[in-house]
Amino acid sequence: MSLETQVQRPSQIAAHHRRGSYRLRKKFGKIIIHAVLIAGAAFLMAPLLWMFSTSLKSLGTVMVIPPEWIPEEPLWSNYAEIFQVVPFGLYIRNTAFVTLADVVGKIISCSLVAFAFARLRWRGRDTLFIIMLATMMLPTQVTLVPQFVIYRYLGWIDTYFPLILPNWFGGPFLTFLLRQFFMSIPLELDDAARIDGATIFGIYWRIILPLSKPGLAAVGIFTFNASWNDFFAPLIYLHSRERYTLSLGLRSFQDQNYTEWHLLMAASLVAMVPVLLIFFVAQKYFIQGIVFTGIKG
Amino acid sequence: MTTNVHRLSPMRRNEELAGWLFASPWILGFLLFTAGPMLISAGFAFSEYNLLQPAQWVGTANIEKALTGDPLVWQSLKVTTIYAFVSVPLQIVFGLIIALLLNTNIRGLQYYRTIYYLPSVLSGVAVALLWRWIYAPNYGLINAFLAGFGIQGPGWLSDARWALPSLIGMSLWHVGGGIVIYLAGLQGVPTETYEAAEVDGAGWLTRFWHVTIPLITPVLFYQLIIGIITALQVFTQALIMTNGGPHDSTLFFVLYLYRNAFQFFKMGYASVLAWILFFYILLLTLLVYRSSSVWVFYSGEVKRS
Repeated sequence: MSLETQVQRPSQIAAHHRRGSYRLRKKFGKIIIHAVLIAGAAFLMAPLLWMFSTSLKSLGTVMVIPPEWIPEEPLWSNYAEIFQVVPFGLYIRNTAFVTLADVVGKIISCSLVAFAFARLRWRGRDTLFIIMLATMMLPTQVTLVPQFVIYRYLGWIDTYFPLILPNWFGGPFLTFLLRQFFMSIPLELDDAARIDGATIFGIYWRIILPLSKPGLAAVGIFTFNASWNDFFAPLIYLHSRERYTLSLGLRSFQDQNYTEWHLLMAASLVAMVPVLLIFFVAQKYFIQGIVFTGIKG
Repeated sequence: MTTNVHRLSPMRRNEELAGWLFASPWILGFLLFTAGPMLISAGFAFSEYNLLQPAQWVGTANIEKALTGDPLVWQSLKVTTIYAFVSVPLQIVFGLIIALLLNTNIRGLQYYRTIYYLPSVLSGVAVALLWRWIYAPNYGLINAFLAGFGIQGPGWLSDARWALPSLIGMSLWHVGGGIVIYLAGLQGVPTETYEAAEVDGAGWLTRFWHVTIPLITPVLFYQLIIGIITALQVFTQALIMTNGGPHDSTLFFVLYLYRNAFQFFKMGYASVLAWILFFYILLLTLLVYRSSSVWVFYSGEVKRS
């Protein structure tokens, strides 16, 4: 440890003849940190750039070694072609429908439940809250088989109900996120509204919700991502091609065009575009959301 | 909370009712989608049920088969455990290192943060396809790069020795979610603490080990638990990229469960597998939780020695 203490001791930093070398060392340190961070960033971005680059190549230029990062003749027509090879437009519409229904349901139900846990006093609240937190640990697979059997009994296989319905009944992670958010709003606001004659629903609707837009946005974004990318539920519940979501469409596209990487990458990139767009527009809500609860995007 | 509801003031009684009403979506959802199915699942575990014929009670046959007569259960548990025990610590270590570098008052913090965070919002089939292409044997990114040095890379996903490590490597693409959380935790460490340590003559390694790390252990603890739970439920990559192969070297537990339920239609056996996963997650979580009194430090608490 003696070496580090020597470098950092304030008295030595103050020493005049050493000041120059300390600054130099600090500047040198910063350059090294930048170099490491840029190298890491390059590693993380390479797959996406590689994907984009491949999506603009032809079957022939995909197999050129060393690979060209910038194709000489970018084939933008690949993007038109995937829409002709598979009903990609239909898959996008289906996915958008399910995702929108999930987002609306999740925002409404989670905000109602979070309001009960954060702002109202009622018996059983704390017990139920602990039960809700405990269900976070429960793997979804435990309830998967019975849920499938029940949906099958109801005749809902190959419909969107099994995908959408559970999102209208809250959910521990996002309810917890909103509860944390609601708790940060001063309780005096509720009391003041009550004195002014507001109903409990009025407090929820006119005070808590308008003050929680960033939290609601985070819930919407996380739900959007999860629904848009969901693979497991569509895989077991949807069978007809005309009801496929993007995940299933991509998978069947892969099975048919196993080696046509330029088309596969174009299709995969199209599937990622909405998530990428939302990320760039609403990055601060993502970050706020995960900082509030530690949920990863 | 022991007062009788009838003795409460009208306003409090109103609030009591509203609490249950507002919470009712989750309460209903819990009964319909969690508690009810769990009971049914417990029943299925003791039955044979293929969706076509009525379920038949078989006692503990499913459980005995899973625990003693099915090597694939142990193979899939092994694969899943290796994945979780390697990828989660790697993600935490890498995430923490990058977060520490970003926390040095560096210029361009928000640009770095955006770049590092971006991959972690992407998931699903599209990402799995992208990585299949990156690992492709002849013209994939990695082998094309290695070919530049005259090295013939292996078939990353088609070689039983490389398939699981490849999937672990791919998981590191998603370190960004952790970075944002660690960064928030690091910025919560009061600067006075560092200054006090510095005045006491603590070098950067000492400060890191005795100030930074203890103060963010609650965050690391949370990430460890969530990371393990997530890693034990890997499915999409395994189905799309390797379909469990080669030679079951990437037969993840949930993939094996999926095959039993939706390809072999052994609903009873699949339920047993789901319960094994549940108890395994519970066991690991409890172990991490029990260990936390040794290494997790909450500020305001005096550490007992």
